[in-house]
Amino acid sequence: MSEEMWINMGPQHPMTHGLWNLRVRVDGETMTAAEPIVGYLHRGWEKMVENRTYPQIIPLADRLCYGSSFTWSHLYCLAAERVFNIEVPERAQYIRTACIEMQRISSHLMWLAAVGTDLGSYTILLYGMRERELFLDLMVELCGARMTYNYVRIGGVRNDTPPDFERNVTRVLDTFEPRIRDLEALCDECETFRMRTIDIGKINAADAMNLGLTGPSMRASGIDLDLRRHDPYEIYDELDFDVCTHTDGDCYARYRVRMDEMRESVKIIRQCLEKMPKGPTRVKVPRCPPKGTAVARVEDPRGESLMYMVSDGTDKPYRLKVRSPNYVNLSASPAMLLGNKISDVPAIMGVLDMCIGETDR
Amino acid sequence: METLYTVLQSLSEWLLGVIAWLIDWTRLGFLSGIADWVETEPVVTFLTTLLVAAIYFITLFMFGLCFIWMERKFMGRFMDRRGTQVGVLGFFQNFADGIKTMLKEHIIPKAADKGLFEMASFAIIATSAMLLGCIPLSPQFYVINVDLALLLGIAIFSFAPFGILIGGWSSNNKFSLIGGMRAAAQLIALEIPILMVVVSVVVMTGSLSFIGIVGWQQDNIWLAFPLFIGLITFFVAAIGESERVPFDLPEAEAELVEGWQTEYGGFRWGLIMLSDYLRAYIMCALVTMLFLGGWDGPDFVWAEIWYLAKTFIVFFFFIWVRVAMVRIRTDQILTLGWRRLLPLSIVNLLIAIALKTAEVF
Repeated sequence: MSEEMWINMGPQHPMTHGLWNLRVRVDGETMTAAEPIVGYLHRGWEKMVENRTYPQIIPLADRLCYGSSFTWSHLYCLAAERVFNIEVPERAQYIRTACIEMQRISSHLMWLAAVGTDLGSYTILLYGMRERELFLDLMVELCGARMTYNYVRIGGVRNDTPPDFERNVTRVLDTFEPRIRDLEALCDECETFRMRTIDIGKINAADAMNLGLTGPSMRASGIDLDLRRHDPYEIYDELDFDVCTHTDGDCYARYRVRMDEMRESVKIIRQCLEKMPKGPTRVKVPRCPPKGTAVARVEDPRGESLMYMVSDGTDKPYRLKVRSPNYVNLSASPAMLLGNKISDVPAIMGVLDMCIGETDR
Repeated sequence: METLYTVLQSLSEWLLGVIAWLIDWTRLGFLSGIADWVETEPVVTFLTTLLVAAIYFITLFMFGLCFIWMERKFMGRFMDRRGTQVGVLGFFQNFADGIKTMLKEHIIPKAADKGLFEMASFAIIATSAMLLGCIPLSPQFYVINVDLALLLGIAIFSFAPFGILIGGWSSNNKFSLIGGMRAAAQLIALEIPILMVVVSVVVMTGSLSFIGIVGWQQDNIWLAFPLFIGLITFFVAAIGESERVPFDLPEAEAELVEGWQTEYGGFRWGLIMLSDYLRAYIMCALVTMLFLGGWDGPDFVWAEIWYLAKTFIVFFFFIWVRVAMVRIRTDQILTLGWRRLLPLSIVNLLIAIALKTAEVF
């Protein structure tokens, strides 16, 4: 194998988590070039929504990402509310914030489970999925769905919390918090896990910024940027939480950032439940918004996601542009991959938390 | 002493006697020659050998299935789930899987080298089955008991990388090629520590036959105590030799689909899978035989039971390692083999020589 050869990892490959293709050129086992190719799951989402009325887009936005559908429908509603120029009731904001954080935890848990299989440990997969069930059950209780919730509405949320919801959430959090420790015992304290992640896929702060990395992947390179803190939406400015950063910029740092974020999310949910006021959860919204544009950006579990909406005064958006964090993170992946071994591909790409639904749209 | 062979020899003598009597009873003169021939020495030996091989193979085939079942059940328990559920304690799942693989179509890739492709799978399966014959269950229950059984076993075992490399190469697939290369590199890197540890055992016991080695341990001490370093080294290398997590990178499914087995399907894949477990069984058997006193144990149950109990306990540790670890990289495995296990095995050999020279045992 003295010659270099191209290997297509995908579109049907156990590493990919969805339909995309990673072409790598290998010299023996070392990668000398990498080229991610997306587009296999392109559904024309941005064009599709131009033929839907504003409320009809909410369930479609859910389907942008199966891992964190709540944040996407929430982002859509946030942008739409800015176009419609309406104020969301305070209780709805608290419910939304709590749900976003629950979604963040369950998304991170699913990410951890996927990393587990990528690295060859089914124990991590099953433990991650087991804890994720706790939060899915809460969401089922709240809105009846496990993955695509269709719960956020323009101007609030669909329904108020069911009775005993606060008690159940507290119970789940009390169960979950010590279990983070179990997950860390499985990963951090496992020598082989550290061997596979430390110093792998390193990317420094300048490169991370120039390549447009966002979210946990960027915070792992030592850049303290979290839209929940730096461009607060909903009620994040009233809450007390830390932005988790790490300085190493390798896979292990990205992993640590996400684990720490789960702890912070637990803190945020507890505060939301504590401070949640009584009141209405939804306001009436007119059928057609005024002419204008609006932009909303939120901190998705995977990075900074943004929606830019143009309204022409009809009941359908004129244009809806989505900035997917993963699309940008994926384009930065060659910088992480080069020089590493082919065995590191699952580690690096798994830790990036790929979700092709939002990447291709 | 009544061994499996002598028991079956008297059985086949009796059987052939019955056949000869039946032939005589027909009073057909031209058959009397056959009746005499049937009772001659070579025929009896042939039938006995056939019976021994059949019984031994079926017994160990069942152990192979027990190993798969045990792994599934224990992995389930380790991962907080139940494992297989078909039949009594989920034991019949293996049969269901076996039947499924038997019913599948046998596909040879168009680009593959057909002769080598077929040959490689048989080479791997046949060497694994041959190995079974080398390892006795007890002083009575064995197929062959040559003076160099240990050497013979190791020699057959080291034939496997050859088959795997051919299998990977002849599939004409990039993934299987890399997998085959990895398997060969890994098995060779770990074979040397294993041989060094085996040498230390031979130094201590002065015998190359399993019955001799276990006999020495029965008279003196289980070698696990004086050669503890050797036990650990051998255990780690044994996991690598049987290609299990954390050393399963020849078939690392995350990056190499299924490694060198990618193109094998149907019953050949099923047999390769079974031979993987047979090799795991052989490694467990070697650990038991060389360090844990083989069939040595209190007399209230058969020696075979002691031997099997110890083998299964060793395999339990294999499973434990599997569920607790993630897969490591090729270069890391080579580093481990050459720079950790090899020095340790040399230290172990020196300890054995020192103990022998000082005439402690």
